[in-house]
Amino acid sequence: MSAATATPTDSLETFRRDTRAWLEANCPPEMRQPPRTEADICWGGQRFKFQSEAQRLWLQRMGERGWTVPTWPREYGGGGLSHREAAILREEMAALRCRAPLQSFGIWMLGPALLKYGSEEQKRHYLPQITRGEIRWCQGYSEPNAGSDLASLATRAEVRDEGFVINGQKVWTSYADEADWIFCLVRTDTAKKHTGISFLLIDMASPGVSTRPIRLISGKSPFCETFFNNVKVPRTNIVGELNGGWTIAKYLLTHEREMIGAIGERSAPLPVSKVALDKLCKDAAGRLDDAMLRAEIARFEIDEAAFRAWMKLVGEQARGGEAHPAVSSGLKYYGSELNKRRWELMMAIGGADALEWEGARSQEGAAARTWLRTKANSIEGGTSEVQLNVLAKRLLELPGA
Amino acid sequence: MTWILDEQRRMLRDSAQDFLSGRAPVAHLRQLRDSADAQGYAPELWRAFGEQGYSATLVPGSHGGLGLGVAEAGLIAEQIGHTLAPTPFFSTAVLAAWLLKTAGSPAQQAHWLPKIAAAETILALAVDERARHRVDAFATTAVHSGNGWKIDGAKLLVIDGHVAEAIIVAARCDGGVALLLVPTATPGLSIERTVMVDAHKAARVTLKDVQVDAAALIGSPETGATLLDQVLDVGRVVAACELQGLADEVFERTVTYLKERKQFDRIIGEFQALRHRAAELFCDLELSRALTRQALQAIDEGSPKAPLLAAQAKARACLSANRAVQEGVQMHGGIGMTDELDIGLFMKRARVLQELFGDAAAMMERAAQLCGY
Repeated sequence: MSAATATPTDSLETFRRDTRAWLEANCPPEMRQPPRTEADICWGGQRFKFQSEAQRLWLQRMGERGWTVPTWPREYGGGGLSHREAAILREEMAALRCRAPLQSFGIWMLGPALLKYGSEEQKRHYLPQITRGEIRWCQGYSEPNAGSDLASLATRAEVRDEGFVINGQKVWTSYADEADWIFCLVRTDTAKKHTGISFLLIDMASPGVSTRPIRLISGKSPFCETFFNNVKVPRTNIVGELNGGWTIAKYLLTHEREMIGAIGERSAPLPVSKVALDKLCKDAAGRLDDAMLRAEIARFEIDEAAFRAWMKLVGEQARGGEAHPAVSSGLKYYGSELNKRRWELMMAIGGADALEWEGARSQEGAAARTWLRTKANSIEGGTSEVQLNVLAKRLLELPGA
Repeated sequence: MTWILDEQRRMLRDSAQDFLSGRAPVAHLRQLRDSADAQGYAPELWRAFGEQGYSATLVPGSHGGLGLGVAEAGLIAEQIGHTLAPTPFFSTAVLAAWLLKTAGSPAQQAHWLPKIAAAETILALAVDERARHRVDAFATTAVHSGNGWKIDGAKLLVIDGHVAEAIIVAARCDGGVALLLVPTATPGLSIERTVMVDAHKAARVTLKDVQVDAAALIGSPETGATLLDQVLDVGRVVAACELQGLADEVFERTVTYLKERKQFDRIIGEFQALRHRAAELFCDLELSRALTRQALQAIDEGSPKAPLLAAQAKARACLSANRAVQEGVQMHGGIGMTDELDIGLFMKRARVLQELFGDAAAMMERAAQLCGY
């Protein structure tokens, strides 16, 4: 068939063939196995220590093609791919078991905000750094006295002629101790609540910025407290309008909820029932002989299957323009509660083995630590109670509150 | 196939919605109940199902039907759930039509399928014998006798058995399971009409030395058990669709009430205790909707995952619908307990649909077994 008569399907097939060939030629063999530990994940940034030459090369090659963020426009360092092409890239990467070359809050959070609200200059400056993994970003939203009621945040940005001066404290800033820059919600007007907040980009190397790691009930964590003491920030580092930061924050929180809502899906390597079959005794008919626990597992797996189906249905509804925006709150609520249920069951199935906190046998308490960590799923990114409030108000349109 | 509705399915859903809300709203069920109608359904409504083509959904084009899939039958069932219309759609146009088009002999198909398509007959499927559904626990027997079979046993919860022209009886036989089409006039067959909690009617059927000829067999004894499993899966998913429609309707009415009712000088929908429960219920309804769509697709594609998905979908639909009707009554408060309000009718129907071919517990047990634990 000549190029002149090629249909879109043909060109997608060509894209698939070329993509596969390129991945086969360019993805190092070490990058074609699932990450085993946190250290196998590439976060990029000025201070990132590559675990291997293969990891560095894989990021460089994918970054050059813009395939670290395939759907962002080419002029901002993205791949410029359509959603169907990006889906093909994902499928081909999965088929070759290629690792994600880069993960970052820049890709998930800041990038989408800049694409929607950033100036042309900001897009051209910051987005390519994100796609190439050169700058690692962290997120400064929550404060000790601004959790679910985020808009009550008090970190102060005084507006002066030469720029902003920041004083205050952020909390739950993931990887703040390893990040190069922070995108931050700050108070620029103390007389107003939601309309007194601005969205600022701050260099973590600025004098007056300091961080302190937070230890969780599950042990060591990527979370930090971040302190600002008379930190000077240039005027050009504001995204959007002065006092217009809440709009951007709301937009990004929706993104975050979808991401966290997917936890129930992505961190499900093995069905709970398979784990149980390996660990527990069976009766003559091959059934788990712990009848009450078996029933709980069966109930969980029905809900898990339904949640996976719901994610797929919402995806189709979204592509068909039929999804209510607030439905992401439902996915976030249900997905995080489901993941907590999963790990309650995993602890019950694991019994005494899952109670060990140290040593190689328990992989340094991996089960217990994961179980405890899941308790944050329904707190971070908007508590379950906040998600239910959003559903009641926006989707069911119940009056008040 | 995608799970959101394409244009054709949307049109079918809208047509069924308009037709049922116009011709058979909840008041229709009330009228049949309050007049103690012996048949429990309106023959003119069933004839109209034939005119609309709803009864022809699963019947192949070669027998005067539309040749559509279980997904389309599910759309109609969902709308039936909204209005609680009592019709022989489930027994005849879903269960019997699916069995006959899948495994009926050419003579059986030629005789029955055009009549089903035109809504000119009613057929019933008799499986259960115990109070709780357990498909592996039926004891009715069929033994070779003369030119055919002699059947003995007793069945219950035979939907539309009281008005059927023939009953498809599941019986154990030499070499497997026999599905036998028994005309209700056959000597030895006795039918006790049972008036059910949901104002629908069913039957208890007793078979004593019932003699049918060889042509009564659908499929073969070797394939009978599989065929029975399959038709039950079809029934489970279509029942899940009806539960979904019922639950959606109750939820919509309940949320409307939360926006109207005032106590303590406030609209009760302002109270967080109710808002959160309503939001959780919304999630439950979306979970069961999504799983049911997946199960419908699997059944129409003949996927090996269909049995598991059918069990999961029925289980999840039972859980969601049950919660919807509990909350429906509770959130309406005192008036929710009155016969005057429709909510109670939905609760009653939900109870029957849950038991039909296995409630949540039975379906979770089945899903666990299918997953090998």
